[in-house]
Amino acid sequence: MMFLDDFLIRAALAGLGVAIAAAPLGCLVVWRRMAYFGDATAHAAILGVALALTFQTSVFAGVLAVSLAMAAAISGLSGRGYAMDTLLGVLAHSAIAFGLVAVSFLSGVRIDLMAYLFGDILAVSKGDLGVIWGGAVLVLLLIRWRWSALLTTTLNPDLAYAAGLDPKREQLVLTVALALVVAVAIKVIGALLIAAMLIIPAAAARPFASTPERMALIAGGIGAISVIGGLQASFHFDTPTGPSIVCVAAVLFVAASLSDVVRRRLGRR
Amino acid sequence: MNLVELTRATVRLGGQTVLENVDLSVRAAEILTIVGPNGSGKSTLLRTIIGAVKPSAGQVVRKPGLRIGYVPQKLHIDPTLPLTVRRFLSLPEHVSDTAAAEALDHAGAECLSRQQMASLSGGQFQRVLLARALLSKPDLLILDEATQGLDQPGSAAFYRQIETVRRELGCAVLMVSHELHVVMAASDRVICLNGHVCCEGAPEHVASAPEYRALFGTGTQGALALYRHEHNHSHDHEHAHDHGHSHDKDRAAS
Repeated sequence: MMFLDDFLIRAALAGLGVAIAAAPLGCLVVWRRMAYFGDATAHAAILGVALALTFQTSVFAGVLAVSLAMAAAISGLSGRGYAMDTLLGVLAHSAIAFGLVAVSFLSGVRIDLMAYLFGDILAVSKGDLGVIWGGAVLVLLLIRWRWSALLTTTLNPDLAYAAGLDPKREQLVLTVALALVVAVAIKVIGALLIAAMLIIPAAAARPFASTPERMALIAGGIGAISVIGGLQASFHFDTPTGPSIVCVAAVLFVAASLSDVVRRRLGRR
Repeated sequence: MNLVELTRATVRLGGQTVLENVDLSVRAAEILTIVGPNGSGKSTLLRTIIGAVKPSAGQVVRKPGLRIGYVPQKLHIDPTLPLTVRRFLSLPEHVSDTAAAEALDHAGAECLSRQQMASLSGGQFQRVLLARALLSKPDLLILDEATQGLDQPGSAAFYRQIETVRRELGCAVLMVSHELHVVMAASDRVICLNGHVCCEGAPEHVASAPEYRALFGTGTQGALALYRHEHNHSHDHEHAHDHGHSHDKDRAAS
């Protein structure tokens, strides 16, 4: 596999892996109004990086463990007296603060904090690529397996109960998938911007979709275009890659919204 | 065996006792209606039966393999979720186009298949919910105030549809409603609920029971009595403990 020797090819493949895993998950996050839940889980990843370096395990494992713990904490604490956005605000910012403090304690190793906050897609190795695609395929399989149940639960938990499904179990599936995506995406896009890759392509896809499945597919396409476009922009203008990808996605979102407005105006006439 | 059997079921939500010692059974192919004032625990009772709420005491036994078709009181669909009627019918289990068309037909919602759920009128939306509930070939169809937001002719037509469905599919129907006269006429059995089961039986029996009259008044004054009742009396569930005595007071007042 000679072509994998080119770092740009590796970067593109890594980005595409994240984009396709993030697409269906991002749609579910948008439909369920869980945007801040994604943010909190992603921010916890910095703490995971610090722990992984302290205990000299893989960053992937550290991030996955802490993201899972964070997601479980949010699920457990929700509905116990605090409004959800307050709770997420507390947890998301505490997680990143504790993470940054924990990283500063690591004296022996010098780590490039920027790489974990904003991603370092150009430094993706063949091994990283394996982890990213392995994780992405796992997330896709998990979501495909539970898709119908997840959709029903998203629509209305009582409908799910009546059909013999358990909404709490589906929430857990979503939580695990989210933690997995965070763990594979931190290298590519960085902890601060992972939620953007979940939300923006899904939001941009909404005006063009008539069914949930089509929205997920279109979101995947928009995510992929963002990755390729962002990589090229970053190469030409020498800008940081992760933020460049998110910028392209944001521009696509604006274009999609504008085209929707125009289409509605024309349709009304 | 009965489809669902509740034995002395007590449900607490957020520290309040919403249902207390409720005994209830749903028999095959009957139309059973639950009536009761606001806050009397009607929706909670339905949610206990579908398994969304666990009783803190007592038992809920569902017949093994029981298929439930559930039509919720309201269904809010987030505007970010694109959903055609056809796609909605295939949740959670995929159904064939023929089966979907047939269910829409049964529910009186033909030709809506390609529309977005968000674009439906109130009546169309309720009929699509009914069609989806029918697709699981239910033994028990549960309707929670399914005609909320429909006008009188609309809700009368909806209940006629329910009777047709019961006749054609042979499923039991359990429903909750505010529209006493319409519902009472269409039911085999009525349960009058107010945190506990006040009285139950055939519609004529319940309508003449003192407990029912205490809650709803008599004849055409029913609506007014219900209104007064909610404002003056100790029947709402915050005072669940004095249920036992309140009927007499109510009767004296009305």
